[in-house]
Amino acid sequence: MAENTMPKKIIATTSLAGCFGCHMSLLDIDERLLELIELVEFNKSPINDIKEFTKECDIGLIEGGCCNDENVHTLISFRQHCKVLVAVGECAIMGGLPALRNVIPLQECLAEAYLHGPTVADSNPQRIIPHDSDLPKILDRVYPCHEVVKMDYFIPGCAPRADLIWDALVALVTGQELKLTYDTFKFD
Amino acid sequence: MEKTIHAVINKYNGDETRLMDILLDIQAELGYLSDATIACVAKTLNIPQVNVEQTASFYHFFARAPRGACTVYLNDSVVAGFNGRAAVARAFEEAAGCSFGQVSPDGRIGLFDTACIGMSDQEPAALINDEVFTSLTPARARELVAGLRAGQTVAALKGDRLGDGQNAHPLVRAMVRNNICRRGAIVFDDYQPGAALRRVVAMSSSEVIALVKAANVRGRGGAGFPTGNKWEFARRAPGDVKYIFCNADEGEPGTFKDRVILTELPQLVFEGMAIAGYAVGAQQGLLYIRNEYRYLRAYLEQTLADLRAHHQLGPSIAGQAGFNFDVKIQFGAGAYVCGEESALIESAEGRRGEPRDRPPFPVEKGYLQRPTVVNNVETLCSVVKVILRGPEWYNSLGTAESKGTKVLSVSGDCAQPGIYEVAWGLTVNDILKMAGAQDVQAVQVGGPSGACIAPAEFNRKLAYEDLATGGALIVIGRQRDLLRDVVLNFARFFREESCGSCVPCRALTGMSQLVLEKIIAGQGAPRDLDRLLVWATLMKRNRCGLGQTALNPIVSTIKNFRGLYEQRIKAGDDRFEPAFDLAAAVQDYEAAVAVPQE
Ligand SMILES: Cc1cc2nc3c(=O)[nH]c(=O)nc-3n(C[C@H](O)[C@H](O)[C@H](O)COP(=O)(O)O)c2cc1C
Ligand code: SF4
Ligand code: SF4
Repeated sequence: MAENTMPKKIIATTSLAGCFGCHMSLLDIDERLLELIELVEFNKSPINDIKEFTKECDIGLIEGGCCNDENVHTLISFRQHCKVLVAVGECAIMGGLPALRNVIPLQECLAEAYLHGPTVADSNPQRIIPHDSDLPKILDRVYPCHEVVKMDYFIPGCAPRADLIWDALVALVTGQELKLTYDTFKFD
Repeated sequence: MEKTIHAVINKYNGDETRLMDILLDIQAELGYLSDATIACVAKTLNIPQVNVEQTASFYHFFARAPRGACTVYLNDSVVAGFNGRAAVARAFEEAAGCSFGQVSPDGRIGLFDTACIGMSDQEPAALINDEVFTSLTPARARELVAGLRAGQTVAALKGDRLGDGQNAHPLVRAMVRNNICRRGAIVFDDYQPGAALRRVVAMSSSEVIALVKAANVRGRGGAGFPTGNKWEFARRAPGDVKYIFCNADEGEPGTFKDRVILTELPQLVFEGMAIAGYAVGAQQGLLYIRNEYRYLRAYLEQTLADLRAHHQLGPSIAGQAGFNFDVKIQFGAGAYVCGEESALIESAEGRRGEPRDRPPFPVEKGYLQRPTVVNNVETLCSVVKVILRGPEWYNSLGTAESKGTKVLSVSGDCAQPGIYEVAWGLTVNDILKMAGAQDVQAVQVGGPSGACIAPAEFNRKLAYEDLATGGALIVIGRQRDLLRDVVLNFARFFREESCGSCVPCRALTGMSQLVLEKIIAGQGAPRDLDRLLVWATLMKRNRCGLGQTALNPIVSTIKNFRGLYEQRIKAGDDRFEPAFDLAAAVQDYEAAVAVPQE
């Protein structure tokens, strides 16, 4: 594939309010991972456990939407450090499963989770809703990424198929247009 | 309750295709359509309950919960807004003791918003139990509520304030005014009922069609389809049973010309339908008229009866054996999309007004799967005059591609809103001058689905080859906030009226409204304009004209008034979203953890 004349593209990835399923799907490209390593270099990402950005990146892959303030700060820092941001999967694009709570007031959600839920029973005798300066603050609702920062591309699916992620990445890295065949966006 | 329902259903011979009439009549008797009513209707008609449910839930004049002994539907159109609707609405709310969307605590008065009711030249206007109240003021609103509270009837409250012309007819008695400011050579010219029918029976059906084709009559409902061709298709379509539909749904905000034509010249419209029937070989006609014009019902029924008595409808019209044609009136129940011809047909068959996939076109398979011609009110009027005066005369009026006249509905910021029948080819400036409009910021041509143009384009001609229009011109003065008072109102309208079948139409009408609100609130990002324009291209994929044009107000104002958007958009780093406010987003959480939980 690509000759090593071009400097490798630098990629960062993160999982915000997601389930890591999208990252699993990325790993699901199997032996093409080796090809990918030829094409790109990973920076901040759970894949290599680099915790902070150490350089400016070309592509940021975002899994999950924003359910707390830490997600927001992470997303903003991705926007600051990455030239292109890609929302990967339903959660990043629309909030996904976590956004099911958006129709319920936050107070009620917290009360159900920590005070009245059937699994709480007597395990919270002091009736505390967890809060601490080290804990992220929960947002009033789950925000899709594009409601917080500009997102450049969206890869749909829950999780998006490995092939689709692969094709999209190759297109982004090589600058070639992604061929969207009918079955790419036909889901039923 | 069951007795009432059975009686109504019997009246319509248990015919499920009459579900619209059945539900309208039952609601008139019982006040609203409860779950028990729906179940009973389904059982009696022997159809699935969900079929009744979906029709009942689709139209906004069908009430699934009580809406008060007196229900006020206050028009929420752009022009109503210009003319002080907000203050009138507040007066209604204060007097009734409830907000819009609710019923007063004593159950006497319900207040509801409604889309344009076809009174843009006499706003703010409201429908109260099917009666029209025009030119409302806050004082009048308080007076009305007090009267209703005191047990006065709606008719008594209307009093003797009757409009001009046939609005004062004993069977109409409406305070609506015609405001005919200019009579043109075709629709509002002299008219002798029945003369065209006598001519027609001396010709063959193909000769009639040839005449209409030679005159180059084009449909006045907006699309401008050649009428002669439409009739020809229907005539050639196989089958003995065919239908002529007159489209009087007139739901495009700012349009009210069909209301005035039906008030002053219903005979002309029905004569046009009979001529179409003769040409196409159809024996049954249907006038589909919006529920907002229900106050014309008795008058139109009487007109039909008179025409039958004069052998201008019914068997052997004009003494010609075999020329049988009659007209039935079908009311809608509040849904703009039902003006789209295939949705109109669905609605007339008793279903949700959801447009059909085409082909097949209505001229092949329309009402009850039979060939059906759908024509606008004004189109049918034009044809009658073509028969009487010939295609040469008709062709002498108008422009190269637009023959004859157009009846315009002019409203908004001008001295003389009303009806203007003019030859095609006049400029927007000509009309503005006639209507006494000064200091004009913009003109919305053709209603929300048309275009919003700036003064630089006021020299453009009203004609299919330049500015095509179904006839609505809304004049927008300098003093108006174009985005908030006009474009946002239209965006809400389309979101509300989308039938929901097509994903782009259903989703993007809502999303574009949110983006517009964001921009108006000063939270827009520069990329928002690009997003809206991209979405507009996706909207072209929708099934019907509603979705295809729903973003036109946004697109045409971005094109013609870009500065108004840019003024409100946050300059600066386009990578972030100005509308996102982290401090506000964590407020609920901070409140939840701040108080000790009991
Ligand atoms: C959303 C929508 C609403 C429409 N509303 C009307 C209407 O109120 N009256 C009308 O005559 N045509 C309306 N039309 C156009 C009709 O579909 C149809 O083209 C017209 O009735 C044909 O009659 P004509 O050929 O005489 O113009 C509407 C179209 C769409 C897409
Ligand atoms: S999109 Fe699906 S797979 Fe991806 S994070 Fe959300 S839930 Fe998990
Ligand atoms: S475009 Fe909109 S109104 Fe028309 S059929 Fe589709 S969803 Fe319904």
